[in-house]
Parts: sequence; C-alpha cells; structure tokens
Amino acid sequence: MSEQGLSTRSLVKRLMLLVGGMFAFGFLLVPIYDVMCQAFGINGKTAGAAWQGSGQTVDMAREIRVQFISSNAEGMQWSFGPQEGEIILHPGETRTVNFLAHNPTDQVMVAQAIPSVAPARAAAFFHKTECFCFTQQVLQPGESIEMPVRFIVDPAIPADVRRLTLAYTLFDVTERMAPSLGLAALHRN
Amino acid sequence: MSAVIDNHADHAHGPAKGLMRWVLTTNHKDIGSMYLWFSFAMFLLGGTLAMVIRAELFQPGLQLVDPGFFNQMTTMHGLIMVFGAVMPAFVGLANWMVPLMIGAPDMALPRMNNFSFWLLPAAFGLLVSTLFMEGGAPNFGWTFYAPLSTTYGPESTTFFIFAIHLAGISSIMGAINIIATILNMRAPGMTLMKMPMFAWTWLITAFLLIAVMPVLAGVVTMMLMDIHFGTSFFSAAGGGDPVLFQHVFWFFGHPEVYIMILPAFGAVSMIIPAFSRKPLFGYTSMVYATGAIAFLSFAVWAHHMFTVGIPLTGQLFFMYATMLIAVPTGVKVFNWATTMFRGSLSFEAPMLFAIAFVILFTIGGFSGLMLAIAPADYQYHDTYFVVAHFHYVLVPGAIFGIFASAYYWLPKWTGYIYDEVLAKTHFWMSFIGMNLAFFPMHFVGLAGMPRRIPDYNMMFANFNMVSSIGAFMFGATQLLFLFIVIKSIRGGKPAPAKPWDGAEGLEWTVPSPAPYHTFSTPPEVK
Repeated sequence: MSEQGLSTRSLVKRLMLLVGGMFAFGFLLVPIYDVMCQAFGINGKTAGAAWQGSGQTVDMAREIRVQFISSNAEGMQWSFGPQEGEIILHPGETRTVNFLAHNPTDQVMVAQAIPSVAPARAAAFFHKTECFCFTQQVLQPGESIEMPVRFIVDPAIPADVRRLTLAYTLFDVTERMAPSLGLAALHRN
Repeated sequence: MSAVIDNHADHAHGPAKGLMRWVLTTNHKDIGSMYLWFSFAMFLLGGTLAMVIRAELFQPGLQLVDPGFFNQMTTMHGLIMVFGAVMPAFVGLANWMVPLMIGAPDMALPRMNNFSFWLLPAAFGLLVSTLFMEGGAPNFGWTFYAPLSTTYGPESTTFFIFAIHLAGISSIMGAINIIATILNMRAPGMTLMKMPMFAWTWLITAFLLIAVMPVLAGVVTMMLMDIHFGTSFFSAAGGGDPVLFQHVFWFFGHPEVYIMILPAFGAVSMIIPAFSRKPLFGYTSMVYATGAIAFLSFAVWAHHMFTVGIPLTGQLFFMYATMLIAVPTGVKVFNWATTMFRGSLSFEAPMLFAIAFVILFTIGGFSGLMLAIAPADYQYHDTYFVVAHFHYVLVPGAIFGIFASAYYWLPKWTGYIYDEVLAKTHFWMSFIGMNLAFFPMHFVGLAGMPRRIPDYNMMFANFNMVSSIGAFMFGATQLLFLFIVIKSIRGGKPAPAKPWDGAEGLEWTVPSPAPYHTFSTPPEVK
C-alpha cells in the first residue's frame, strides 16, 4: 500500500509536526483562556486595568447591594479588610470603598490583591476606575495603609442581579518581587 | 486464507540468546510480550495499593494508615493503573496483533518500538521511587489539580512530572509507530475498510494519543515552571488561574478515557463474532461510530468541572455534547447485541469476558449519562458515585477487554490451549468480586460519601465492608490469572493454527505459537 500514500519517513515527519503543534497548542490554551474570560466576563475575573469608559446614566430605579470580602492566602500575615462590609448603590453611580492593610511583621513585605466578583456573570459589568489591585503594595515593618477602590456598576447589568460580592485575596509576593523592587538584601525564612 | 503461508526457511533465524535478547530486541512479538508483562506487573502493583485503600475503608474510622499516606495510595493507584497498566497493555496487544492482523512482517519502526518500551520502566521506576522519598509520594489525586500539586505538593512532585514526561513520550512514539504500521504496512488487498476492528480502533486511538499526550506534557511542564522557575500559570498571586489547570488537564483527560476504552471496543468487536459464528453486524457503522466518539471526545472536557463555576451556556453546551456521545456508543452496543442475536453462541472465557464487557460497560455508560446532567452533577460531584462510574467503565471495560483479548490470543502466543476451567473460574471470581466492590459505591455515592477520604460516616459502614470484600476477592483472583498464563506457557494441549472455529483473520493463518518471523512474504488478501 505504501506506494499509494506517503513514505514512512514523511508520514512520521508529519506526525511529529502534529505532536509539536499540539504541545504548542497546550500553551496556546493559556492566552486563549485569558481572552475568553476577558471577552465574556466569565470566571469572576474583572479587568486588570482601570476602566476608561464614562457617561453612565444613573439608574435611580434600581438598587444593588455590593458586599466586600477579604481573605489572606496561605502564609500571608497582614491584617487586611474593608472598612465597610457592604453598601447599597444605584447602577451607574461612582462609589469608593477603602480597604485597610497592616503589616505586623518586622520585615518589608510586598502584597498583591487578586479580585473576584460573584456571581461570575456580573464581573463584566463591574467597572473599577481605581483599584489597589492594579499595583502591588509595599509596606514597611508595622506600617498601615488605606487603599481605595473606586467603581461603577454598569446599568446594563442583568435585571435579576440584585446583589454582588467583590472578594479580594491577598497574596504575599515578597520573594517573587524582591529583586525588581530592590529588596534583594531582604531574606525571609 | 486458511492455508498456513509462512513456511519458507531460507533466511529464518530465531531470537538471540540470553538476556540481551530482551534489551536489544526489535521484534514486535518480543516487544509486545514485554509490554504485556510490564503492564501486568503494574496492574498487580496498582492493585496492591487499591487493597491498602479498601483495607483502610473496611471499617469507619482510621485503622491502618494515616490520611496522608491514604492520599498517596489513591494518587499512585490511579496513576499506575492509567499510565502503567491499561495503556501499556493495549500497546502490547497492538504490538503483538496488529502486524499479524494486517499481514505485516513487523512494526514500521522497530528500533523506536524498542525505545518506547524501555522508557516505561524508567518512567515508572521514577514514579514508584517517590513512595520511598522524604515527604512521600504525590498525594494530590491522579488529576493533580493545581494549586494542590504546585503550591502544596510534596517535594517528589518533580519526579512525578518527569515520570509523566517519559511515559508520555513512550505513548507518543508507540502511537506514531502504530499509525505508520497500519497506514504503510498492510498486505496487498487489505484495504482500510477490510481491516479487523482492533486495527481500526487502534488507528483512531493512536491519533487521539498524538493529539492529547503533548497537551499533558504541556500541562506538567507548566507545573514544573510554576514550582521551580517562578512562573504563574496556575498561581493567582502572579496573575494566573488555577481553573486554567483544570481546563488544560481535562482537554487531555477526556480523550484519555477514550484512549483507554477504544482498543477494548475493537477487541470485543472481534471476539463476539468469533464465538457467535457470525460476521460482525454493522462493520462500517462500527468504524464511523469509533471515529465519531473520538471526534466528540474533544468537545466535552468541561463536564468534569461543572461545579467550578462555568457560565450557564457553557454548562448546557458541555452537557448536550456529552450526551451526544451516547449515540455512537449506543450504535456499538446495538451492533454487539445484534451480532450475538441468533448466532451459534458458545461461552469460552474470551466470550464470557466480552459479554460481561458489553453489559457492565453499558451500566457504566448509563451512570456517565447521569453525571453528564449538569444540575444533577452538583450532587454527584466528588462522591463515590463518580468512583463507581469510572470503575465500571474501566474495570469491566478496559480490563475485561484486555482479559478477553489475552484469552482469545493466548493460544497464538504460547502454542498451548489455556486451562478453560481455571479461566472460567477467573472470570466468575472477577465478575462477582468486581460487582461486589463497585456496585455499592453507587449507593454510598448518592447518599453523599465523598471520594478520596480515609474515614466515613457510620451509615456507610455495611456497604463499604461489602465493597472491600469484593475488592479483596477481585484482587486475589488476578493471581489465578497469572497462574493460568504461566501454565499455558509451560504446556498443555497444543493449539492448532486456528483454535477457535468461528474466528476470522490473518493471525489464524500462521502456526501456533506464532513463529518469530511471520509474513516475510505478504499474504494475499481477497
């Protein structure tokens, strides 16, 4: 049969190309996943940069309850939490909520907060114009900081969403960020 | 077709002498035998770990092992059975039988064949060695979800990653070899649509392997980089996402379950006609159904992760796509049943295993349909119902398919008829033991017993004791299988070239045991 099809050598070459292609595709799934999450606002992911839109008309007829939750990732020793547990707002209005963080250790530490919105389908309608999660926080030993998040809930949010939750998880990224922030001298045990 | 063709002795030479025969061999029969012995050794090892699990679960409370070790047992049991027992067993069967079925003298790439086998002892030596390391073996389940495996995994995770890399390379090379053999080495006149079903299902399986094993290599490489090189593929702190791990893993993982079952479909599609003394009903539809299952297997992965919070439209898509797979699978079950319908059936051991395969695999398929219902899955997820489901498709599915194949072709391999009474005993003990072990898991699962936990509520005690007794019975019976195989190698009633009167195919035209070299001159296929 071989005289009709490919020679074994070129068949194996093509199959090896397929193997290489699928290996690359595995890695390609990473950006595809990020793009899908961004495009459809799934998985509770909010935009990683400040929202640039404007001119939202405030929908005085609707009220939405926004709750704030904070938690520390494993090994993170900061005390961290919102100043208010929840607020009630109208879609389209800009509101600001402060989160407090305190570094109780005797070391300089760097933290990164990762936001998540529930229900996940509301994430695409939750616009942050300012957020401490866009950057990392560096706190000196014993230092405290007040960190604002300013946001707008889009009036186009589905009508059945009456309550949404903004959750932050605070990660200790000191070791990861130490070289680039000039904290190289710092070593933690 | 019935004449014994291979009898020209002008350049015939037997195997090399001594141990180096097995290290250096490029003969498909030698390599096939080594694959089969290796997979059986892994089957016994993985089974021993399962016995530890069932012994701990014999009674509620913690008796024998501490929970950390229990986690290592569930993880290593899954990894060894999937990558060490089932997959190499089918590659071994393909090595032995595909060249004989299509009239080829050997595999297309014999040296690569040797290399792909010898990677396996390295891979599993590495994996099993983690049991003796400080910090213990991998303990995060065979699905190794991040961040459990990246942030919280034991030190030995790196060894696990390299073991998966090696096993994956071995599988990919085996798959390339099988595709090249089937596409390029068929005897004149053996068109694709005349090929035996086992060759067909393996051709499709090999393409599945080539498509998804590289993705598995990719996902463990990402883990390696997250653990050692400071990347954040799966770490939320650095902008990654643990849910991404599950998507990439199951993109590999779902086709993987068909990799483990499609070759069994093929073998059973040859055994049932042989013992029904009728041709296979609906050969063409069998081929297309296999292709359809393979194709659909790429579009259903998220049904493993309904509860992670995927959008409603996504849940609906994956739910319906999953249910769609029941259609080509139903075609196959219908064809097997119709092949038996009004046939002259006889019930030798291969046929018993094949019939049990059809019935019990269908039960596993039905519980799969229940799990596919997204809203219901919220109750079933991570319970023993899932454990019952995948053991019903893997034990009487893949494993019974392998046993059926082993008994069916054992006379061809050893030259002797195996002991039928012992083989039937092996079947009934396995059948009863396996059902005792796994059927009660449906009930405890529906009642809410979580999987991968060494302790359980008192109310599950009776069912778990039954499960454990069944599992011990099933496990012990496999030593009988070892005895039957060794007995058949050492002697018995000499087997004719075609020991089964209803069997069809080129493999029965060569003498039993099959000579070291067969089809040096291609047979004529009409």
